[in-house]
Amino acid sequence: MSTQRIKFYQTGTYTAGNRLLDEEARTVQSRMDRTNSLNSGHRACQGCGEALGARYAVDAAMRASHNRLIAINATGCLEVFSSPYPESAWRIPWMHSLFGNAPAVASGVAAALRAKGRGDVRVIAQGGDGATVDIGFGCLSGMFERNDDVLYLCYDNEAYMNTGIQRSGATPAFARTNTTQAVGEVPGNLPGTGKNVPRIAMAHGIPYVATASIADLHDLEKKVAIAMSLEGARYIHIHVPCPLGWGSDPAHTMNVARMAVESGLFPLFEARSGRVVERTRIRHKVSVERYLELQTRFKHLLDPRRNEAAIAAIQSIADENIAAYGLLG
Amino acid sequence: MRAQIEGSQAVAEVVVLCRPEVIAAYPISPQTHIVERLSRMVKRGDAGSCQYLNVESEFAALSVLIGASAAGARTYTATTSQGLLFMAEAVYNAAGLGLPIVMTIANRAVGAPINIWNDHSDSMALRDAGWIQLYAETNQEAADLHIQAFRLAEELSCPVMVCMDGYILTHAYEPVDVPDQTAVDTFLPAFSPVQVLDPNAPISIGAMVGPEAFTEVKYLAHQQHLRALSLIPEMAGDFERQFHRLSGGLCAPYRMEDAEIAVIALGSVIGTIKDAVDELRLEGIAAGCVKIGCYRPFPSLQLRAALEGVSRVIVVEKDLAVGVGGIVSADVRMALQGSAVPVHTVIAGLGGRSISIASLKRMVIEARAERLNEPHFLDLHTTVIDAEQSRRREQRRAGPIAEQVLRAVKAIGAKAT
Repeated sequence: MSTQRIKFYQTGTYTAGNRLLDEEARTVQSRMDRTNSLNSGHRACQGCGEALGARYAVDAAMRASHNRLIAINATGCLEVFSSPYPESAWRIPWMHSLFGNAPAVASGVAAALRAKGRGDVRVIAQGGDGATVDIGFGCLSGMFERNDDVLYLCYDNEAYMNTGIQRSGATPAFARTNTTQAVGEVPGNLPGTGKNVPRIAMAHGIPYVATASIADLHDLEKKVAIAMSLEGARYIHIHVPCPLGWGSDPAHTMNVARMAVESGLFPLFEARSGRVVERTRIRHKVSVERYLELQTRFKHLLDPRRNEAAIAAIQSIADENIAAYGLLG
Repeated sequence: MRAQIEGSQAVAEVVVLCRPEVIAAYPISPQTHIVERLSRMVKRGDAGSCQYLNVESEFAALSVLIGASAAGARTYTATTSQGLLFMAEAVYNAAGLGLPIVMTIANRAVGAPINIWNDHSDSMALRDAGWIQLYAETNQEAADLHIQAFRLAEELSCPVMVCMDGYILTHAYEPVDVPDQTAVDTFLPAFSPVQVLDPNAPISIGAMVGPEAFTEVKYLAHQQHLRALSLIPEMAGDFERQFHRLSGGLCAPYRMEDAEIAVIALGSVIGTIKDAVDELRLEGIAAGCVKIGCYRPFPSLQLRAALEGVSRVIVVEKDLAVGVGGIVSADVRMALQGSAVPVHTVIAGLGGRSISIASLKRMVIEARAERLNEPHFLDLHTTVIDAEQSRRREQRRAGPIAEQVLRAVKAIGAKAT
């Protein structure tokens, strides 16, 4: 008897809690025993990409470490919205020290655990793009080069949102922030500036570097699980839209994140010891305009008249990513 | 065991006897001999499972210890000068979080102009960061203070700086009795933290505190420092009973019984001052000296008691509050408030300038004759100052000041007046 392979619509999609998947392939979030490490009731804005990313990433890290996890947090939105005492949304041992030192504090926790022979407990550090690519960059690089046993999670919303939307080293070309306003000869953030921290992390030769997006939470969880299966310094750079800072509809956070991935502006890849080993192919390629038009931080490029040169420049950044990582291959 | 060793070596050996679990440090002169030795001892396995982290900055060094201490480890670092200022944000943070970290400060001047020699500008700049500050007079005391510092820090959940003069102590070879492991273990119990990051009992540390509770948190930190004022002398007493020598304490008087004039100072210069006092006594001047061993918290009552009966006080300070004068003098004046005893500020030993017995004696004699400026700069090259000031009056683009002063010193000769 011939059989016909049935393809369920849901399997293999971005759907997080998919009951049609094998037990092991389901998301951590769909499980009864998920830890809710970042519990509900915190004070993030509606549609916050960072809260979503942190929830999935930390719960996945908890599962991977058999709930033996300590988290260090840099100053920033995630820290502020999760810990206005006497309420704390954290159900795991969690510490915030300063804006620029989370990687070093995490190194210290890892060193203490090593000194005490507590190999069962793992350490993560987390911060926004400001804490990671700018003010904490020295400490991040130090943690990397010493190959300290820390997984660092960067939630990249491409500007200083906690202080009121100012430019960071991760702010994209032409984006309006309160310190790169849509005025002058080149409105928004100056193109040709900024840094690619995942590539810099790779240059340290650390065991694992990955980019991830809340557009693909399955993929994010998978990368956290891989990272947690390894020892040494590991880095995951997670793209998390910020409705407040980007001027996007809070209901469209997932869509905004998806357009960044599908346009090629935010390539998803994994690297081991400095070499790219995996990348996520774009399913339905879109032009960068589909991404830009969802956000008022790029409004000056489209309205009142189109800034063709700027749009072309952004498109070429996407095209270069597509070519460099083989995102359509 | 008593041995003729370098101050830095004595400190490193004693620190290892204190059984630290995590050490993180960044090299800066004159702290380097301490951390080089520690790294060697850890690497050789002389310090058990202790971890030594070579970090990328002083800011990272203290940050590593913040994490390690919060995870329940006994932690140590050493720094000085620019390094201490580079870690300043973490210095406040460690105290605010109540983490009992011990840090040696190999006291050195703060630039610009860049200067690697000794004064107290560095630790004075961080005097109000919430750390307890102890100042060592000798290498024996520097070594002993570390043993006391760990016990004090852990008892109070408050970080402690042990300040020892850069080069003058860190690089000096003198006899130091390094105790044995059993003796240190008897004095210093195992670290039992009041807060710890532990998956078995999850807590959040480092939350934002608003106007509703910030004052109370700070008030409690102040109360802990006031507790230290009774703990420090008790601990020095315990130490003396066990080790049979005086080390530490809040302040220590020398020939103060019938003193008419008292010289107050911190650190190694006390030795020179004692010699000057002895010579002045032979010349018929009733001088005495009081060492401030613990500068934060400031022992106002104990200092006032030590100064009972004197008619004049001179504070010799290796620091300068630019535009104000003395830093320690302000505290001494506060301790003596309501009393009519004049307090002179003498700025001395900046950037490593030697403080001689002759200069100190002259200072006392001038003070008695009411001839000291306020503040008085010991051994100031006034001819150089005059020449440079007149040159700057005449020339708008007078150039960088440090380089011009160096040129003037060479031209005129470094002759103090």
